[in-house]
Amino acid sequence: MSIESSVDEIILRVAQIMIQELKLEDVTPETFDPEIDLIDEVGIDSMDLATVALVLQDEYAIRIDEDDYPKLSNIRFISEYVDNKLKDRS
Amino acid sequence: MKTVSSLLDQEWYERYKRISKLNIRSSIYDVTNQCNLRCKGCFFFSSDEHKVAAEEMDVKKWEAFIEREKERGVNLAILIGGEPTLHLDRVEAFYKRLPTFCATNGLIKIPRDRFPDMMLGISLWGDEEDEKILRGKDTFSISSKNYEGDPNVYYLYTLTPKQIGKIERIIRKISGVGLKVHMQLLSNDEGVDGFNWKPEQLNALRVEMDKMLDKYPDTVISSKYYHKIITTGKMFERTFGWNECPSVTQPLDKRNPRPKRLIEFIRWASDLKTMHRCCTSETRDCSICKDGAAHMSWVMVNKREHIRTSKDIQNWIEVYEMFAKLYQFIPW
Ligand code: SF4
Ligand code: SF4
Repeated sequence: MSIESSVDEIILRVAQIMIQELKLEDVTPETFDPEIDLIDEVGIDSMDLATVALVLQDEYAIRIDEDDYPKLSNIRFISEYVDNKLKDRS
Repeated sequence: MKTVSSLLDQEWYERYKRISKLNIRSSIYDVTNQCNLRCKGCFFFSSDEHKVAAEEMDVKKWEAFIEREKERGVNLAILIGGEPTLHLDRVEAFYKRLPTFCATNGLIKIPRDRFPDMMLGISLWGDEEDEKILRGKDTFSISSKNYEGDPNVYYLYTLTPKQIGKIERIIRKISGVGLKVHMQLLSNDEGVDGFNWKPEQLNALRVEMDKMLDKYPDTVISSKYYHKIITTGKMFERTFGWNECPSVTQPLDKRNPRPKRLIEFIRWASDLKTMHRCCTSETRDCSICKDGAAHMSWVMVNKREHIRTSKDIQNWIEVYEMFAKLYQFIPW
């Protein structure tokens, strides 16, 4: 599997988790723009991010450091972050 | 999906961006169990919270505790009591380590050389007459002399049903001494006669609070949406109360489902070990709670609920800005 495709898969899954956990309306994993700013545009706050991070930690068996939250400002960044953690582990 | 920028013009969007990443993490600390007043309806004494824990006397232990709080991620210490200014060494321990807000009755003047820019909220419970009934003395005559013109001081004016129709006089008095004011509502924890809210009084109060904000925008720190929330206890189709309250001490919060809440919030007793249930009285009936900070936080933690219409998100911004000003995260 290429690196690109694995990040793309993670993007879809992160979008799905976000929609589910935060009960976002009028959006699907496919239509969720991975580049849209989650705080400035979607209105996500740090508690939302912590909720999503918990699910991601469980699902991917990784640790998401709270100090890294400011870097996780869109779904692409989150997915690349997850992908890097997975690579570090393997 | 609705986005924030699609609902706001450039000016409002800039205002939004100024606060959207603030990530305020407050906790509340009982600095002492003592007070130099004994107000009727003070939740601290009426619910015997002053007896639940023996005060920690060693300031070194306070310092170590505050360091741990800082590590826990707290970035706003809200000091209450009792009267915090009775123990300035403890207040200083906070002030040197964390952004600190201190609630006080204003009878003791804090030395500004030790606390140059610490924000103080001075409690005021009405006009001279109400203050004498509820607090035993007219505190304004003393506190206003102590803090006249201080840019880092405001009055926390607790409105009672008896204040309806008389608020403007107090606002003018406060403006006259060069200070600002934030209005909140008495919850009457001791059931003092004549101080319980009736629905029609709350409606009248809301109208009067709105009028004060329009007329004294440089003195009154508030927002009309906050007035609506605090007087009706309603936010969209939801009703404020135990199931919604964001200001419950996190480790004691066993609610299921858990509502959106303040992150890592704890209200600590003065032994630095005991935790209180929430930001106010342990014994208070949540269905009639009028706690201002809890209502403000209720709005603040429910940001995405407000991404509906331009007006809704503007309302949210105004409440968040009000909180951020009252606790010095943004200038007046
Ligand atoms: S001054 Fe404040 S702490 Fe003291 S009795 Fe009055 S309300 Fe309570
Ligand atoms: S008394 Fe008020 S602040 Fe405390 S838990 Fe109940 S609603 Fe919340």
